[in-house]
Amino acid sequence: MAKVFIDDIEYEVPDGKNMLEVCLSLGFDLTYFCWHPALHSIGACRQCGVINYKDENDKRGRITMACMLPASNGTRISIEAKAAHDFRAGNIESLMLNHPHDCPVCDEGGECHLQDMTLMSGHNYRRYRFKKRTHTNQYLGPFLNHEMNRCIQCYRCVRFYKDYAGGKDLDVFAAHDDIYFGRSEDGVLENEFSGNLVEVCPTGVFTDKTLKQHYTRKWDLTSAPSVCHGCSLGCNILASQRYGTIRRILTRYNGDVNGYFLCDRGRFGYEYTNSKKRIIKALKRVSGTYQPIENGNVFEEVKALMGEGKKVIGIGSPRASLESNFLLKELVGENNFYGGISNTEGNLIKQVINILKKGKVKTPSLAEAKGYDAVFIVGEDVTNTAPMLALSLRQAAKNKPNEEAFAIRIPLWNDAAIREIVQERTGPFFIATVHHTKLDEISSGSFYGHPDNIARLGHAVAQKINNNLPSVPDTDRESASLSSSIAEALLAAKKPLIVSGTSLFSKNVIEAAANVAYALKEQGKDVGLIYTVPEANSVGMTLLSENFIDDAIARVEKERADVLLILENDLYQRIGKKDSEAILKRCNQVVAFENLENETTNSCDYVFPAGTFAESTGTIVNNEGRAQRFYQVHIPRNEVRSSWKWLDILRQDLQTAEAKDFDVIVDEMIQKNPELQKIKETAPTADFRIGTQKIPRSPHRFSGRTSMIANINVSEPKPPDDNDSPMSFTMEGYHGIQPSPDTAFYWSPAWNSVQAINKYQIEVGGPLHDGNPGKRLFEPDENRQAKYFNDIPSSFHPSNDELLVLPLYHIYGSEELTALSPAVKERIPQAYIALNENEARRKGLNAEGGKVEFYYQDKKWELSLKIDNSLPDGIAGLPKGLNETSGIGYPFRTKINS
Amino acid sequence: MSETWIHILIIVCVLLGMVTIAAGLIYVERRMLAVWQERYGPNRVGPFGIFQVMADMVKIFFKEDWIPGFVDRKVFIVAPTIIMITTLLSFAIVPFAPGIVVANLNVGILFFLAMSSLGAYTIVLAGWASNNKYSLIGGLRGAAQMISYEVFMGLSLMGVVILAGSFNMTDIVMEQKGMWNVVPQFIGFVIFFIAGLAETHRLPFDIPEAESELIAGFHSEYSGMKFGMFFVGEYLGITLVSAMTTVLFFGGWLGPSFLPPIVWFLIKMFAFILVFVLLRASLPRPRYDQLMSWGWKILLPLALLNLLVTGAIVLYNQ
Amino acid sequence: MLSSIRTVWLVFLHMFKKRVTIEYPEKKAFLAPRWRGRIVLTRDPDHNERCVACYLCAAVCPTDCISLQATEDENGRRKPEYFRINFSRCIFCGLCEDACPTYSIQLVPDFEMGEYKRQDLVYEKEDLLIDGQGKYHGYNFYRVAGVAVGVKGKGEGENESAPVDRKKLVP
Repeated sequence: MAKVFIDDIEYEVPDGKNMLEVCLSLGFDLTYFCWHPALHSIGACRQCGVINYKDENDKRGRITMACMLPASNGTRISIEAKAAHDFRAGNIESLMLNHPHDCPVCDEGGECHLQDMTLMSGHNYRRYRFKKRTHTNQYLGPFLNHEMNRCIQCYRCVRFYKDYAGGKDLDVFAAHDDIYFGRSEDGVLENEFSGNLVEVCPTGVFTDKTLKQHYTRKWDLTSAPSVCHGCSLGCNILASQRYGTIRRILTRYNGDVNGYFLCDRGRFGYEYTNSKKRIIKALKRVSGTYQPIENGNVFEEVKALMGEGKKVIGIGSPRASLESNFLLKELVGENNFYGGISNTEGNLIKQVINILKKGKVKTPSLAEAKGYDAVFIVGEDVTNTAPMLALSLRQAAKNKPNEEAFAIRIPLWNDAAIREIVQERTGPFFIATVHHTKLDEISSGSFYGHPDNIARLGHAVAQKINNNLPSVPDTDRESASLSSSIAEALLAAKKPLIVSGTSLFSKNVIEAAANVAYALKEQGKDVGLIYTVPEANSVGMTLLSENFIDDAIARVEKERADVLLILENDLYQRIGKKDSEAILKRCNQVVAFENLENETTNSCDYVFPAGTFAESTGTIVNNEGRAQRFYQVHIPRNEVRSSWKWLDILRQDLQTAEAKDFDVIVDEMIQKNPELQKIKETAPTADFRIGTQKIPRSPHRFSGRTSMIANINVSEPKPPDDNDSPMSFTMEGYHGIQPSPDTAFYWSPAWNSVQAINKYQIEVGGPLHDGNPGKRLFEPDENRQAKYFNDIPSSFHPSNDELLVLPLYHIYGSEELTALSPAVKERIPQAYIALNENEARRKGLNAEGGKVEFYYQDKKWELSLKIDNSLPDGIAGLPKGLNETSGIGYPFRTKINS
Repeated sequence: MSETWIHILIIVCVLLGMVTIAAGLIYVERRMLAVWQERYGPNRVGPFGIFQVMADMVKIFFKEDWIPGFVDRKVFIVAPTIIMITTLLSFAIVPFAPGIVVANLNVGILFFLAMSSLGAYTIVLAGWASNNKYSLIGGLRGAAQMISYEVFMGLSLMGVVILAGSFNMTDIVMEQKGMWNVVPQFIGFVIFFIAGLAETHRLPFDIPEAESELIAGFHSEYSGMKFGMFFVGEYLGITLVSAMTTVLFFGGWLGPSFLPPIVWFLIKMFAFILVFVLLRASLPRPRYDQLMSWGWKILLPLALLNLLVTGAIVLYNQ
Repeated sequence: MLSSIRTVWLVFLHMFKKRVTIEYPEKKAFLAPRWRGRIVLTRDPDHNERCVACYLCAAVCPTDCISLQATEDENGRRKPEYFRINFSRCIFCGLCEDACPTYSIQLVPDFEMGEYKRQDLVYEKEDLLIDGQGKYHGYNFYRVAGVAVGVKGKGEGENESAPVDRKKLVP
């Protein structure tokens, strides 16, 4: 602890901070631009000027930038002194010389850090009478809008984009006051985290282009704390709506998970919720067409189908909440419930859960992953399957070189100095994947091979760490030396991190990664082991499932089922046309609960309109076993509601057409699944109040209440109640610091921008006031004796006539729902089949782009060829989940013709 | 025509006449307030707006007569009737002209005082039965105000009684043939008139209602014809006090003979009614404590002094 | 006491003064040009909608009776997709006019907008938009703003210099 003096008052502050952090943590309103809690200080904007005094006798002091001043014992500053105040106001005045008169048409207006800081500094009148500098703008792709005139040259964008996220195509150009932040030429910003520029930029240079399509000011948005459904990491988001459509997604700060950032799939992939293809009414198939049916009748009819003695089976979904899956299981009975994934995937996830639960190695959270100093990725294209993990790993790669700076007593926050020492160097970072991945650019050694060969590399590394393990037979020299250097680097590190996942559908890969981690653990290393899984609630659903879709197919083959209930699952997309038809034909009646119209809903007898994350409340479990609550953003003016509500009504007597409250369902689920006990603690129950007040979903400045639906009826209806959460759907409620899982927006007096988050944290950049939301369901037991996996696969030998086809992942396109969002759609690549040059030549294929034919499930597929020389011989890669490649089960073998 | 029939006719005439005058006052008051405030007042319904009264009556009869669920039902219903009954009964002793009096009681003044005391119940019961804090406060204020001013209202009249040597109203009028009582009993007149304002809780003494602080006080919860009874009761009260002032201090029906006595009476009475309205147009409401201290610390000693001096002079003259 | 009597006397004298009431339907009152009555949306000198859908009027409205949705034309010029004022809630306080950065929303001297049905008091953009500039002439927000949305090119606005060449490194 250090004692510092701010305006002659003494404060105890933690060591190793700078004075800006200290002032903000203590609640002072000090202006700043270039500093960011995750990007640290460079002292570029000169906005946090304070007066620094030598000692108590020093009456004059000197102006210093608080962000560059260490908070050491005896530091004495003044924020309020007139000179400091005038300095900051003058500085803003200079920055504003060229700032355009744009606020009314600027998307940042109302949540602009520059607006806040200007007011805070006291500057209010532009005295400069000469001309304003202008810039031309660039086209930056479907996600971001560029308005360079508004720039105040704080450098935050390039510091985030280049230094933090590893982007290559945004930079700073020109000199002196012509400085320009942009690309060398117009074009799409390629980095997967470009959307964060919206929040990082203190003013409106980079704004959300999807929001622009249906622009709404921050104060008019009704938001709910939610969890991203885009991948398995469970990043926290704030989803906001106005007039019944989702308008944008912002990062919800969770110090344990995603921190300040979010990937572009999560941020811009929300638009499918507003799609015209949404199912908004309960539908029934009448002679080939779907017709809406009366709410009351639908229950009676479906109930009748499922009456006494009827054979009913249900297929769950890894993108539906725990509650929905649980109620489906309750409705159809334990033995008739099938997890909505293939058996291959199901068993892989079971294995992952098994390692999480029964292993002895900690699975770090996304935020903790940043703290490891050596990384070994085993068979996972992290950038595309779990993008935010890639961002964390990029930070982890900086830890080792940073130590050099720490050694000469440069604190972590002094970013410019650290960068000067570190330059482009990165720490030990090894990747073993099927083909070249984006993280290769920071890797110290990459290996491309068949999943079995990746697993063999893993086993070899484990064996090098623990000599008692059986050695890997028939190792070639190259991988032997690679495995030695990986083992050496991991052993040299303080905190090695092993990353793996299910994306290659290989049990061997998963087991090899666990072996490496176990071996390191035995060497006393503080090792972390992260697995990624395919979908938002893959872990949660698998916890509730014993059997999976292939079991369901086998069962209906044996005996026809009367009713099949499909929960938020497009079978055609997941298991392909052949299997889907096989199962649908053997069931007399098919009932689907679905968000959007798809091939499955087009083959059903009844379709219930199920809510997406925007219209439902629920709990999902991420890849590390963290259960997190997401809340519905609004009650839509149609029949859409959470799947669990439909299921609960179907379960009850017909007299009640109301579902039970969320907390009742949760209690029932916990009672039947004691291992889910902790999900009760993920968020307050619906009867939680602060004083007598609920927690509002809208800010107190929310406008248009007496007018927004006045065209329909001039008498305003009563605002809807939310029985499932302690939150109100309006601005009414407690407007202070709310419980962290229930905070719907960040606002504090004088802090209208996203930076208001400072006020919600115990100290800036630290945990939220009552802890970060989410509860981990399983923790490792370090003393446990975990068994090694001894099943070492044999090396892969390419066959001459057949190719093994493996999935290649794309951040845009490989996830089913986000791929339907217009902005994301623009970024989805053309479908292709990837081969290395060697293999292509051998098959007689010509240049890139040529047509390639292959067969899968007796159907002919035709795609264009893409040459990817990093792919090993005998392996072809197909982009997973694109429209053209949906329904394919990986891996499979096929012959290829040109 | 037998005496009984004449009597009944007088009763009916007085009853209808007074109620009609009270109702008409609704229009008169609004028009006169407007005159003193440089406005026109109601001038749209009928010639000069005189059918405004009809419109108001129709409106008040057709308004929903709502009894809130939380009130003391019986008392709530009875309360507004009391003021009507007591005030109308008081008119029984008013001699409008020679022979035109319902009951020529020899304790006329005492009957009047008794009736006006009973009138206090209407406010207390209404305020209590409404089960509403504003009404209750209004009721409490009303009770205190009316009981206090009752005291020196009575005392202020004693001078007149001493001069006339009788409680009989007709006797008091006849006694003023030489000189109206207002001259020897000027202080008595002033005190009586002030007390009369307070008794009828008219502006500026409308403290039990005080809409700006008590949102209509004791009759907050009343609507429809029950409210109407309070409303008409108040105008009856004005008429009564004006009539009493006329009788007691301004020679009742006495006047030059070119006009019939009843006309003189009505002229005088209406003059006082207009004074009531003028006061409403001009004076602000005092605070409750000001009202009480004014009554007990100034008016009561003054009334006693007036009584003492009158009594002494009368005794001395004998 | 005496002052009270004087008050009564003075009030009494008002009887003989001229009435201030204007007998409305027959005689019309004078409304000052800045009288706060019916709300209109005006157009700029180039005859385009002035409203840029910034939502400030809606935010400042004490009765929350203004709602709108922003949209953009092909040039990126922002305008309201719909603009609705619920006059049955409006209190004609004029804060929306104060808040408007483009002189678009203006209160005009007209109050004769009574309706028998409350629903008829809900005005849409078509009902609000007038053909002229209202009280404030000659102002076009997009000439002074930095954005280029078809009104002027980058650097062509009032008080703007030409766009900088970002490939230039000369000081």
